[in-house]
Amino acid sequence: MQTISPKNAISIRGLTKTYANGFQALKGIDLDVKENDFFALLGPNGAGKSTIIGIISTLVRASSGAIQVFGQDVATHVYETKLSLGIVPQEINFSQFEKVGDIVITQAGYYGLRGELAKQRAEKYLRKLDLWEKRDNRSRMLSGGMKRRLMIARALVHEPKLLILDEPTAGVDIELRRSMWEFLQELNRNGTTIILTTHYLEEAESLCRNIAIINQGQIVENTSMRKLLDKLARQTLVFDTCDELATAPTFEDADIQCNMIDSHSFEISLSTSRDINGIYAALSEQGILIRGMRNKTNRLEELFLSSLKN
Amino acid sequence: MLTNHKYIAFETILIKEIRRFTRIWLQTLVPPAITIGLYFLIFGNLIGSRIGQMGGFDYMDFIVPGLIMMAVIQNAYANVSSSFFSNKFQRCIEEILVSPVPNYIILLGFVAGGMARGVAVGLIVTAMSFFFTSLHIEHVFLTLLVVLLTSMVFSLAGFINALYANTFDDISIIPTFVLTPLIYLGGVFYSIELLPSFGQWISALNPVLYMVNTFRYGILGTSDVNIVVALLMLGVFSAGLFGVALYLLRKGTGLRQ
Ligand SMILES: Nc1ncnc2c1ncn2[C@@H]1O[C@H](COP(=O)(O)OP(=O)(O)O)[C@@H](O)[C@H]1O
Ligand SMILES: [Mg+2]
Repeated sequence: MQTISPKNAISIRGLTKTYANGFQALKGIDLDVKENDFFALLGPNGAGKSTIIGIISTLVRASSGAIQVFGQDVATHVYETKLSLGIVPQEINFSQFEKVGDIVITQAGYYGLRGELAKQRAEKYLRKLDLWEKRDNRSRMLSGGMKRRLMIARALVHEPKLLILDEPTAGVDIELRRSMWEFLQELNRNGTTIILTTHYLEEAESLCRNIAIINQGQIVENTSMRKLLDKLARQTLVFDTCDELATAPTFEDADIQCNMIDSHSFEISLSTSRDINGIYAALSEQGILIRGMRNKTNRLEELFLSSLKN
Repeated sequence: MLTNHKYIAFETILIKEIRRFTRIWLQTLVPPAITIGLYFLIFGNLIGSRIGQMGGFDYMDFIVPGLIMMAVIQNAYANVSSSFFSNKFQRCIEEILVSPVPNYIILLGFVAGGMARGVAVGLIVTAMSFFFTSLHIEHVFLTLLVVLLTSMVFSLAGFINALYANTFDDISIIPTFVLTPLIYLGGVFYSIELLPSFGQWISALNPVLYMVNTFRYGILGTSDVNIVVALLMLGVFSAGLFGVALYLLRKGTGLRQ
């Protein structure tokens, strides 16, 4: 019997991009996001997040590689794939002179919706994003947070199955950020697959089930949010001993894991929240003399956390 | 994309374009009315009465079709070049580029917007000409056809200009250094019979001459050029520029990185 696994909302293979100035922004990206997932693409500035989204939305041309959206190639099934995609870009990209309502209704027109249907859709999403009162205002009169929400309403007017948001909460105050998060979670519960890029770990942590971390044009981690957090919550210490050890030291505490590296060294991993005094006590009890100890840096931590966390 | 969806997308772009030039009517509709009105007054009325006849007509009657055509050309071009460039500049062109609207619909939408402005200004200027002279149109269908084709050709040219443009200067260079000379030397103000044969030969290379004269033929029934040749030329220019614009769009010139 065949097991039914969810389809991929998006599937990226071997994606590279070298910009006209010769800079290679993507160095072979492979990425799958399942249908109905809430997925974070996390990475520091300049990692290549917007480039990936640019290629998905056809604003940037890939140098090589392929992208499928709901199983269809974006290069050959332009109409179908674009219809199922909604994009909220990082930079404001609507006309500053148009009215808020017109911007959303016009966007509906590009997707073949007009008249009453277009108006209803525009009203629905402008209300959801708390912009209905502003429908007759020129867009340049909106605050920064409203402009972002307008871009979300615009991206949803054709009710795409996959919504991609490029740093949607950059420059948005905390309160508004929370309400935007709630809105996106509700949307996701109702069946829209969501991918968002961010350089705040906290944002990814609050929202997303799965995550990929990108740095310098490469995916360096692709896992579930829970596993990533577990990984980040542990540290590894390397001990060098004076005498040769036949077996690894043992600890009663189940949180502490110990592995031999060679006859004169072993490593211990434990939660970062724990103190390490107990380890020394246990080692002394077992008659093990420590010559030196160092912290084995977490690869992820080394790469980003200093830049990601703030 | 379904045919019906394509049509809706086209209509959406056209409506947006018309909304734009009517919203900023002080920049789009009034200036040509003033300029051409002054031409009517000074060249047609004041100086024209001293010039007497041109090409067998009162000078006023002779230049009215030329001036209408000048307004149509300049405004069709300016509408598409400035609107499309401004869409690029504000990045809202991305709204269309990420949507399923095919390239040729994008092109047709903007070109139709330029034609709408060209025709709108043409009508305003024509209405103004009634204060100065009373023309009756000899060949109504031909006159309309020439206005439409001419505004299409220059809308397409404005579109190509905007694709290549990186700054606002880039969309004023061509009108200043190419379009204006072509128009002024294109038989708006004089019949090329006045020129020595070398001048006539050079003028024959100017596409604007054919448009202005065909239009003048539509209204007055007289022309310096062969009407069939002129119509063929308009057709070839339209098709050629359409092909170039579509090719550039497909390549992503100035739009996709
Ligand atoms: N048009 C471009 N030409 C050259 N380099 C670019 C261009 N756009 C982006 N880059 C470079 O590509 C890298 C990735 O950029 P981007 O995808 O915007 O990163 P992120 O969104 O993760 O901050 C950066 O180093 C950036 O400077
Ligand atoms: Mg970015």
